[in-house]
Amino acid sequence: MAAAVDPTLKFEPVFEIEDFLAQEQAKDLLRFTTAGSVDDGKSTLIGRLLFDSQNVYEDQIKAVTQASVNRSAGPIDFSLLTDGLRAEREQGITIDVAYRYFATARRKFIIADTPGHEQYTRNMATGASTADLAIILIDARNGVLPQSRRHAYIASLLGIPNFIIAVNKMDALDYDEEVFRAIEAEFTEFLSNISAPDAYFLPISALAGDNVVRPSRNMRWFNGPSLLEHLERVPVYSRTRATPFRFPVQRVVRPDQTFRGYAGQIASGVIRPGDAILAFPSGQRSRVKSIETFDGPLFEAVAPLSVTLTLEDELDISRGDVIASAQQVPEVARQFEAGVVWLNERPLDPGRTYLLKHTTQTVTAEVKAIRHRVNITSLEREAADTLEMNSIGVLRLETSRPIYFDPYSQNRITGSFILIDPETNATSGAGMIREAIVVERDKRSIVRKQGRVTPAERIVRNRHTAATVSLGPRPQLAAVLERRLFDTSGAVAIVENADRTTCAVLENAGLLVLLVSDRPADWNLPEDDEQAADRVMAILHDSGVLLPQEELIWGEGI
Amino acid sequence: MSQLGHLRLLEAESIHIMREVAAEFQRPVMLYSIGKDSSVLLRLAQKAFHPGPILFPLLHIDTTYKFREMIEFRDSYTRKIGAKLIVHTNQDAIDDGANPFRLGTQRCCGLLKTKALLDGLRAGGFDAAIGGARRDEEKSRAKERIFSFRDSKGQWDPKNQRPELWNVFNTRIDPGESLRIFPLSNWTEMDVWQYIHVEKIPIVPMYFAKDREMLVRGDTLIPLEQPFVPRLLGEKPQMVRCRMRSLGCSPCTGAIRSDADTVPRIIEELVSFRRSERENRVIDHDQEGSMEIKKREGYF
Ligand SMILES: Nc1nc2c(ncn2[C@@H]2O[C@H](COP(=O)(O)OP(=O)(O)O)[C@@H](O)[C@H]2O)c(=O)[nH]1
Repeated sequence: MAAAVDPTLKFEPVFEIEDFLAQEQAKDLLRFTTAGSVDDGKSTLIGRLLFDSQNVYEDQIKAVTQASVNRSAGPIDFSLLTDGLRAEREQGITIDVAYRYFATARRKFIIADTPGHEQYTRNMATGASTADLAIILIDARNGVLPQSRRHAYIASLLGIPNFIIAVNKMDALDYDEEVFRAIEAEFTEFLSNISAPDAYFLPISALAGDNVVRPSRNMRWFNGPSLLEHLERVPVYSRTRATPFRFPVQRVVRPDQTFRGYAGQIASGVIRPGDAILAFPSGQRSRVKSIETFDGPLFEAVAPLSVTLTLEDELDISRGDVIASAQQVPEVARQFEAGVVWLNERPLDPGRTYLLKHTTQTVTAEVKAIRHRVNITSLEREAADTLEMNSIGVLRLETSRPIYFDPYSQNRITGSFILIDPETNATSGAGMIREAIVVERDKRSIVRKQGRVTPAERIVRNRHTAATVSLGPRPQLAAVLERRLFDTSGAVAIVENADRTTCAVLENAGLLVLLVSDRPADWNLPEDDEQAADRVMAILHDSGVLLPQEELIWGEGI
Repeated sequence: MSQLGHLRLLEAESIHIMREVAAEFQRPVMLYSIGKDSSVLLRLAQKAFHPGPILFPLLHIDTTYKFREMIEFRDSYTRKIGAKLIVHTNQDAIDDGANPFRLGTQRCCGLLKTKALLDGLRAGGFDAAIGGARRDEEKSRAKERIFSFRDSKGQWDPKNQRPELWNVFNTRIDPGESLRIFPLSNWTEMDVWQYIHVEKIPIVPMYFAKDREMLVRGDTLIPLEQPFVPRLLGEKPQMVRCRMRSLGCSPCTGAIRSDADTVPRIIEELVSFRRSERENRVIDHDQEGSMEIKKREGYF
């Protein structure tokens, strides 16, 4: 390194390892996916991004310049930097999702590189499922093609929150602004029709490097940041913090008699010790006692951290259960509608039972109906009696046990599932839940098919958890409260001088028990019954016994 | 809001993966290669199961040609953290005198690594094996799944891998089949070193620069641990300040000239000196795409 000292480099800042390490640790992570049809220049673009941001190793360049195929006109075929398996290399195509890694001073990036050809939908859905951003490539010479619309549709279906539309090969059209503006106008309209997120349009030449890493000198009419600058600046999707707390339990941790914790990865939201939670499907409530990690307990944990929670009460919780915010509970359903991408060569057989893995639980699922299939070229809905590989449809599914979910549009973790073929074990479908279905059903068949009513179902219907409220010697207050709770469709009962067992029996039925007894209540309530009732209602709200009314969620079993 | 740094995000993902393995398999095992990636895996496993113990044994495939310092580190470190260690060797092949100079690198690896690994997994009845491979290591790994399916012969079919969406992993297999699981898939070499630095994770001292006796052949530094390493006419070992960039069998792992004797200095070297990691591993150079051939055969 020190051998040839170039005097013009004397202003080069001194490399300070400590600064570098600090900067490294501050980097965040952006996952993005790239979509384009064959020959739009996707491999060239990625190769260029890696090369120009100096993320390619010398020996890889050597290997690529030595490789026997060079499909580009230039000295280095950038696309070879990103090609993978041998068979594919021989055929000159890529057929699977490949992951690439690079970093700049601000960010680490993970690219899910999905090839454009017939297996496209499947691969793109895979890459899109974890992406924060999609780059959709359009060849300026061809303009907006049906494939471009398809790519945007899939990216939007999979819930990718940020789009970049890169209009490539501008060099081949003399960097003509009008070509770019026409594509921008046409595609903007299409994106708003499919309610895709806002997109950043930019004109590039992957081959010549215009607007890829550095702003282009050839397109002075364009002032926006380069592709890489935009990638570095776009906010990483942080809505998970604002979404309700969801924690699918992976394992119960019981190393000895003294410790009982629940291990999992936070799917969404924030949790702190003391927060009120509800566990599903048991419907039991408790509070978080501690957030345990190898590095010590935390004061707060946010998605997507992997932690272990301990609770103040011993609840009946096992793998597959979900611990959720007591204020904002998930929906529950056995029948729901979901968008499904079919991934396997064996088409969907609506007569068969599939395994459905949703967060950490696996249940069996039957297809009740195929609502429609989306024609992948016209994006029109059409009737269908199956889904073939790479097709997208909307299914109505019924699971053997209720699942606790949020619509995919609100939560990409608790709203998604995979379908597994029990005969081949193949991952056959990828599903995005839209909504629960309220089923009108013969009453007798409900017991037969659904089993006993679960505590969670009671909570979802009553909008409160089971609890006993001791009011002391105040029957009038009890009456006021009973009326108020009843009118908001609560399941409420007044009992007088009942013992603990009686209250427990009533609680098991999901009731809010108002206990009137000779013994004064151990809380100070106003003398006035109306005022006292206001206080009690407020306390019940704050403690999470009463669920917020506006959150009314209609699901199965209502 | 404060953003979570990339290392915390990678860590959370890896812990999730390890816990899925522990929850969904009957007999999982962690392949332990003693290298830096294995050290990171071990730390992640400790984190995943805290406050309980690591829920699977470690399996080391010992070719008997590992560096002495590696074996010492293996034994003392696994004892210290209370992990259960299983060591498996293809003893028949060793008794027949297998070594890379007699058999060639590829055949030697086939017997002492690939076959030994498959036998070791079969002997333990393991249905899931966690490994430390990363997608950035080698081009053929860029498409590797996190949960990678192996048929009943332990073979990998690139055309028959399961799509992986979100963080929902399909762990279903039939008897005899198995999965290899790579929790570090999304980590880069830089991430691994950063994590070792931040977490103060112990690693084999051979990663650090020191004066060592080497045969010097052009750019290649060949360690002299095994008596059977053949010497060219008139060749004499020299003391060279060097370190290992990745650890393997001593006859097939070259060293690199280096002064980096701390983790920050290794990171500094990595920044200034861009070469992909496996370059000094002799095994990758027989043929373009050779890693893929080994993988199809069951090499980890
Ligand atoms: N003129 C021009 N050609 C390009 C550009 N980007 C890619 N190409 C060429 O388009 C062809 C297909 O590129 P490639 O990256 O392999 O496309 P992919 O199939 O989308 O990965 C190659 O011959 C590239 O050299 C560009 O910006 N301008």
